[in-house]
Amino acid sequence: MQQAASKPVRDPDIQVTVAGDGARVVHLSGAWDIRALESRAHALQSALRDAGPVNAAHWDLSQIQRFDHIGAMVVWRAWDRCRPNHLQLRREHEIFFGACEGSMGARPSTPRAFDPLLPAVTLGLSAFAAAGHAVQILQLFGQLLIDAVAVARQPLLRPWREFSAGIYSIGAQALGITALVGFLIGVVLSYLSAEQLRVVGADVFIVNILGVGIIRELGPVVCSILVAGRSGSAITAQLGVMRVTEELDALSVMGISNTLRLILPKMAAIAVALPLLVAWTCGVALVGGAVSAKVELGMSFTQFFSSLPAAVPEVNLWLGVGKGAVFGVLIALIACHFGLRIQPNTESLAAGTTRSVVTSITAVIVADAILAVIFSDVGWTQ
Amino acid sequence: MISAEPIVEVKGLWTVYGDFVVHRDLDLSVTPGEVVSLVGGSGSGKTTLLRQMLGLERPNRGSIRVFGIPIHSCDAELFKRIRKRWGVLFQHGALYSALSVFDNIALPLRELHAFDADFIRDIVMLKLDAVGIDQRHAATMPADLSGGMIKRVALARALVLDPELVFLDEPTAGLDPDRSETFVKLIRDLHLKLNFTVVMATHDLDTLVSVSDRIAVLADQKVVICGRLDEVVQYDHPFIRNFFLGERGLRALSAAPALQAP
Repeated sequence: MQQAASKPVRDPDIQVTVAGDGARVVHLSGAWDIRALESRAHALQSALRDAGPVNAAHWDLSQIQRFDHIGAMVVWRAWDRCRPNHLQLRREHEIFFGACEGSMGARPSTPRAFDPLLPAVTLGLSAFAAAGHAVQILQLFGQLLIDAVAVARQPLLRPWREFSAGIYSIGAQALGITALVGFLIGVVLSYLSAEQLRVVGADVFIVNILGVGIIRELGPVVCSILVAGRSGSAITAQLGVMRVTEELDALSVMGISNTLRLILPKMAAIAVALPLLVAWTCGVALVGGAVSAKVELGMSFTQFFSSLPAAVPEVNLWLGVGKGAVFGVLIALIACHFGLRIQPNTESLAAGTTRSVVTSITAVIVADAILAVIFSDVGWTQ
Repeated sequence: MISAEPIVEVKGLWTVYGDFVVHRDLDLSVTPGEVVSLVGGSGSGKTTLLRQMLGLERPNRGSIRVFGIPIHSCDAELFKRIRKRWGVLFQHGALYSALSVFDNIALPLRELHAFDADFIRDIVMLKLDAVGIDQRHAATMPADLSGGMIKRVALARALVLDPELVFLDEPTAGLDPDRSETFVKLIRDLHLKLNFTVVMATHDLDTLVSVSDRIAVLADQKVVICGRLDEVVQYDHPFIRNFFLGERGLRALSAAPALQAP
């Protein structure tokens, strides 16, 4: 910063001499700026402290070539934050100590005391938070129902474009991944069951196991988990970014309802697309199962698919597809809820998206268990 | 000061996006200790030029030397050292939203791994003082700060390593006239005290008039003139007529001390 004429800039240095009258003089010279101190701050700090008691010595800082706040702070702290009685200093360097004096050091922050009740308090608070989320999700659902009635009454309000865009991004674009996952699950499940069934000679029951297992349980659950990860996170992140960029507020001030314009079409799209995806995934998974059954048990495709209607009553299909619709609504509600609650900062965006996906997958599995209990005596072959 | 080697030197710079030429054979040089402002209409490439000086973007042709070192062709280790010698104030502050005010300012110091926590706290508080932020805001998160405070904290972060060169991108954009005046005064005071070099992109006339030593006008894809305010105003160019000699321009100029002297 300060070009000291043509003299080359030297490394920071400390020298202690004894003057004629017996007083110790501490000479500081060279560059005392961040570039020079970066590598030797600790050594210089201790060397300064070794130079002797602050007020017993004369301090000569006039040979310092470069100086800045960091350098001043190193010296200032060695002086225990007060100016020594005998100090020689260049005029232009005065300002750095002025800044040190002005700031008078920081108040040390007090570490938080250990609280033995902390785990209990944390648990309680998170329980309240969870209950709060549940209530808010319920409120959101209620608002959506009100909006749905409004839309039904006024056809002009219907957000068709958003709805069809949702069907495309949530449904059509997920066809590939759900087919791949469904096919592989069908193959694996069929292979594992075939091994067991062959032992007891009950080969033909492979159709029952695959049919009921995939259509009733695996198809809807696997498909919903994929959609929760794919579209749930996307919805949360999109709403979150719209919050950050104040787009949500912009909609509000135009008198356009967020729930009606953004959330309702998304929820409707998931509720329509997910059952279709479930049917698609189940179909592909059954094909995978049939392929595996042919390889493992030598069962022909005709035999497999012709015995399917007898083994799996039609109501199972409606159960599976219906589950898809319920899970879809759950995923949309949770994703939108967490999306609307994102604060305008990156941390909150990350936390909100994670929470949205984890909560919706958990909710799907819990709902699946509840539905399994409710429909436990429906859809079995007599 | 004129004899000193330039701290930033741009030579024969070309920037082309597809068919669109942003900079055509552009030259600019900044001498140590001065405040140079880049002005130009929107789309004239001020911010692009600034980003190229920072090494965030690469020009299609030409060289940019900062501290005498060609930043786009030097080795990574050397460039890393250069980056510690400059400070940057981004247009919207670019504070890390996950970190508190204190941690934002402490981050560059901590990255050096040279100072202990206690020392870092002293330096951070000193810098907060220097930009006029009260110590009790140290624990605040950036999302809870007002626009003016974000700029101040971002300035403190830019200055925490006592840089020799400071880049300011639209320092007063988004501030009300009163705040922007105090902020400009703060920059001017700090510049006088600490004697760093400033390269600033702005289109705020008041800022321009009150802090710049020299003004570089970007128009027609190059620097049409780079000189003191009075030289720039006398240069005949449609952009300059529009920008400086419009109603707003004349009002700002009437406050400029440099022009009133004979």
